Amino acid sequence: MSQALPFDLSLTEEQRITRESMRRFAEQQLRSIARQADEAAATPEGFLERTMELGLALLPIPEALGGAGIERSPMSNALNAEDLGGGDISLALAALAPQAFINAVLDFGDAAQQEAFLPRLAQEHFVPATIALMEGRATFEPSELNTTARADGDGYRLNGEKRLVILGNSAELMLVVAALEGVPAAFVVERDSPGVSSQAQEYMGLRAVDTATVTFSDVQVPAANRLVNFDLQRLVDLSRIGIAALAVGCCQAVVDYCIPYVKERKAFGEPIAWRQSVAFMMADMAIELEGMRLLVWRAASRAEQGLPFHREAYLARVACAERAMQIGTNGVQLFGGAGFIRDYPLEMWYRNLRAIGVLEGAAMV
Amino acid sequence: MINFELPEKLLNLQTMSHQVAAGVFRPISRKYDRIEHGPTPEELKPLAQMRAAMREGGDKSKVAAEAASGSRNGANLSGIVAGEELCWGDVGLLLSIPGSGLGNAAILAVGTPEQKEKFGKLYCAMAITEPGAGSDSAAVSTTAVLDGDEWVLNGEKIYCTAGQRGDAIVVWATLDKSKGKAAIKSFIVPQGAPGLSLVRVEEKMGLRISDTAALSLNNCRIPKENILGSPEVADTEAARKKAFGGVMQTFDSTRPAVAAMALGLARAALEITRELLEKEGVKADYSKTLYNSTAVEAELYRMEADLEAARLMTYKAAWMADNGQANSKEASMCKAKAGRMGNTVTLKCVELCGELGYSENLLLEKFARDSKIIDIFEGTQQIQQLIVARHLLGLSSRELK
Repeated sequence: MSQALPFDLSLTEEQRITRESMRRFAEQQLRSIARQADEAAATPEGFLERTMELGLALLPIPEALGGAGIERSPMSNALNAEDLGGGDISLALAALAPQAFINAVLDFGDAAQQEAFLPRLAQEHFVPATIALMEGRATFEPSELNTTARADGDGYRLNGEKRLVILGNSAELMLVVAALEGVPAAFVVERDSPGVSSQAQEYMGLRAVDTATVTFSDVQVPAANRLVNFDLQRLVDLSRIGIAALAVGCCQAVVDYCIPYVKERKAFGEPIAWRQSVAFMMADMAIELEGMRLLVWRAASRAEQGLPFHREAYLARVACAERAMQIGTNGVQLFGGAGFIRDYPLEMWYRNLRAIGVLEGAAMV
Repeated sequence: MINFELPEKLLNLQTMSHQVAAGVFRPISRKYDRIEHGPTPEELKPLAQMRAAMREGGDKSKVAAEAASGSRNGANLSGIVAGEELCWGDVGLLLSIPGSGLGNAAILAVGTPEQKEKFGKLYCAMAITEPGAGSDSAAVSTTAVLDGDEWVLNGEKIYCTAGQRGDAIVVWATLDKSKGKAAIKSFIVPQGAPGLSLVRVEEKMGLRISDTAALSLNNCRIPKENILGSPEVADTEAARKKAFGGVMQTFDSTRPAVAAMALGLARAALEITRELLEKEGVKADYSKTLYNSTAVEAELYRMEADLEAARLMTYKAAWMADNGQANSKEASMCKAKAGRMGNTVTLKCVELCGELGYSENLLLEKFARDSKIIDIFEGTQQIQQLIVARHLLGLSSRELK
């Protein structure tokens, strides 16, 4: 299929329109409250409900299950993550968490499982749901898990601890990845199952979103809740695309925010932008950002076309994790002392961008 | 619709170019690196004819593929795809194929039908740089004065690729230095024109087989009709900008083409490095996160990500040119990224492969030497950064020097 198409970097009409509204929303509903939410270490009241106008959860759910039944597009989802990430990475992660859960059920669940779980998310109001993959270990490797599942009677018993779970305190449904006889498997777990508990955890960044440690002690999960077509690599890869796209959006925000500042801020009688030491730093940020964006887009477009995309997602993550940090720190540096002050967003973006190389399993596109 | 995969026509071009690179260039790569100076290598002569045929074919069907949405894959993207493959073979040899000169590109771009007819099929070099004017091409001080039916040129040119082997040289000269950029014109100077002499052929770190000449123009006389473009000197600011802008615009196509050279070199180096490392049991198969990989694997991933980013940026700049979009910023961005990526990757490959990398038995050390110039010619890294920064910040060349 791909070979019939020309190389093309133009968005579809629909993507263009969606981008406009997504960017407006990011500006008005994320950017404007991000600092306050970061300070309060809490998602502002009403924010999650307001994200319902974007239709993030409803769109991909099949019509028969109460959704809009719009064909899932990893490319469009990556663009959404990029635009929301430009507003605020942590609020974007909150807004995107249910969709990530839905995408996982669509990809890895059979018809019966989709029917069992998706209608609950096809609602007018925000239904918190999420993916719980990460664990608290240095050099965490998604395929090597300490959380375990073992067959027990008609179902499974889960034991272990998941960390940095987006919406971990509030999610009604969680996709928990656990090792079943040493092989990663995915289970849909109800928040109110006996043995599930959560504890809010504060991080260097991502403070505006509910991030929690979720503990599973002998949690009984019905056999039907184990997603039959689970593919950990796919979950990780599609998440890496989403996470890297958030980084692209945030880095664009850094660059855009620095441009007027370096042109207005004067030193020695002229704008600091007139100095090559400043201008070249800006140029480098823009150059690396362009590379990051194209790597993410390429991985997403291959995923969309059904082509192998593991390598591409891997490279996008490698580049984005490191370059995003560099752009974040350069943003702080260009603002000098002001970059370090919490009146300005630079230090917050920097702290949030540190999460890019750490996160796995969130924002699956 | 966003799609990064190449259409079949370009894949075929890629395969064909790769065959030339692997079959013709690679086997003679080291030989001509050592021979360095001399006439055009015999092995390249058949390629000149192929190139001419390809160019004619290319002119007739500029669009390799076009979608209903109107996205074109034309001459620019084709040039990048073929260029990367050929440079995977050998950059110096590619530049030594008769007819591949920058002067040819200039004549094709702005020449009159008569000039194209007369010089289009010759091998035309381009002479811009002078001992006192490099990146600052507006500071050219070679002069041209009309004397009856002839232009009389005086000055010195250096770093002229194909200045020895070319049939003609497109020389940049000023009609009136006091009028700045607007007075800079280019002239077709045939080899053997009275007053034109070869001063020397440079000895270089890399790209050795490509002849880089120093030329002297001493009352050099050429026919009046050998000027490219109009002989008028624009006298309004707008007209001046337009005139010089036209000259600079060719960079929007040539910079991505030079970036493609770095792509080919870096890929060549990475491939050999991977093979050598695999023999030692290093398997970079993207199965573990960066920090659970060995240091060597992590280096490979980083280099690959960098190469891939540079490639996508280069494709984008070329695609924009094919689709009539203003791409000066993107052309400079891809040149900056690919230029430095090529340097880092090829040098790192030498390091990773140790003695094998450093040795002349393999080509790794040659790739590293060859790649250095790519971050210099057609605008240095620093010039690209200036251009990108000016675009990004909306600053003039007076504000951001």
